[in-house]
Amino acid sequence: MAQLICKNVTLGYDGVAVLEDLNFQVNQGDYLCIIGENGTGKTTLMKAILGLRKQMLGEISWSDGVATNEIGYLTQQSEIQREFPASVKEVVFSGFQSKCGLRPFYKKEEKQLATQIMEKLGVDVFAGKCYRELSGGQQQRVLLARALCATQKILFLDEPVTGLDPKVSVEMYDVFQRLNQEDGVTIIMISHDVQTSLEYATHILQIGETIFFGTKEEYVAKLNAEGMCACGCSH
Amino acid sequence: MLVVAVIDKLVLYMQYPFVVYAIITGVLIALCSSLLGVTLVLKRFSYIGDGLSHVAFGAMAIASILNITNDMPLILCITIVCAILLLCTGQNVKIKGDTSIAMMSVGAMAIGYLLINVFSTSANLAGDVCSTLFGATSILTLSKSDVVLCIVLSAIVILLFTICYQKIFAVTFDETFAKAIGTKVSAYNFLIAVVTAVIIVLSMRLVGTLLITALVIFPGVSAMRVCKSFRSVTICAAIISVICAVLGLFVSILAGTPVGSTIVAADIVAFGVFSLVGYLKKR
Repeated sequence: MAQLICKNVTLGYDGVAVLEDLNFQVNQGDYLCIIGENGTGKTTLMKAILGLRKQMLGEISWSDGVATNEIGYLTQQSEIQREFPASVKEVVFSGFQSKCGLRPFYKKEEKQLATQIMEKLGVDVFAGKCYRELSGGQQQRVLLARALCATQKILFLDEPVTGLDPKVSVEMYDVFQRLNQEDGVTIIMISHDVQTSLEYATHILQIGETIFFGTKEEYVAKLNAEGMCACGCSH
Repeated sequence: MLVVAVIDKLVLYMQYPFVVYAIITGVLIALCSSLLGVTLVLKRFSYIGDGLSHVAFGAMAIASILNITNDMPLILCITIVCAILLLCTGQNVKIKGDTSIAMMSVGAMAIGYLLINVFSTSANLAGDVCSTLFGATSILTLSKSDVVLCIVLSAIVILLFTICYQKIFAVTFDETFAKAIGTKVSAYNFLIAVVTAVIIVLSMRLVGTLLITALVIFPGVSAMRVCKSFRSVTICAAIISVICAVLGLFVSILAGTPVGSTIVAADIVAFGVFSLVGYLKKR
């Protein structure tokens, strides 16, 4: 079942195209990694999908009952957040805001759901703590919990392990995999780490000079045919 | 003995309606201005209060040369328009945020003073300008309609803030995320801009145009030193602001000091105390 379809999408800045004629489709339960060099437009593509900027040409459409307020997004952290006086609970709850409409407070069920999500991600122990006092990995888990409050259907991750140490990175990848396999959450992740992408993803979208979209197996076969090994070197 | 004398004096003053008016408006203005302070500080908009207050000064100059006695609505309109222009301009404008604030604020200040100088018929020009800039005694000369307007506007500000509290938090904490999950970020930025403008114009009466930023920023920053959640910061900032305003008003009545600067001095002391507490807590 297709959740997201991108048809002939062209993206760019100030009338200059960065990415041209992109076609791909994401089905429910997929784990798609978007890979490519810096500056090829990975984040631009994600922002276009999320409706944060407009594509120059083409069509991005949602289907399968995904409303625009059912998207979870794990952003790269901003400067403001690092010194923001907010408790972990407040941050996680804010994932529900789009479901609130004009209702000023969160419902009891929403609070319960948030608690369950926090338990699942192991952040419930510091629910009352101040967000800015957590470590980078813990902060990232809190932001993930917030994203899961917004949706349980589809998650967008923009280089989610940037700045985390290797051990914590592996833990984060495990969390994503669990969400994908156990809860059937569709995952779309930007990564520049081809190796790890191939380890976890079911589908690969490569953008840049060469554009590729297909399953992981097809991508590996393509790399082998070109005489490259998965890590990108030319063994 | 001294305490009794001070209390006696305060009780005596409280019998005058203008003192009661001053305290009511002072408390309300302090409360309102502290609410958005936290958001403005965190959104890196601290300077906007300053810029807008200068705009309000320019607007007042226009009102005074047009001989409009009830200048509040005109000042309010002009300031709101400028606030919207400042806060809602997109990311892709040619002149970036801080530059446009600086341009607007000095521009309005210069034009305002120029207009007053050229057209004013007042005998005490320097005194008029000074009292606008520093608040001087205008809070003690409030009329009943001023007080009513202040109460109504404050009530609206507090109500809006309470209803939109969660959204304001979300938009402040992470604008991109809020936008991605479908919150109408620009609508809330618009709201923040308008409310900021209303607060600025209101507090112009209390502390004067040059000192408004202090009233908006200090309570929030003080609270951020100690409190750990957005809610506690907001509540704490409101309490600090009201206490400082009341203290400042009483001191200025008793000691005859200028109202605005006394309140701001109280805010500075509070900031010092909270910084110290925050530092000690961390150790």
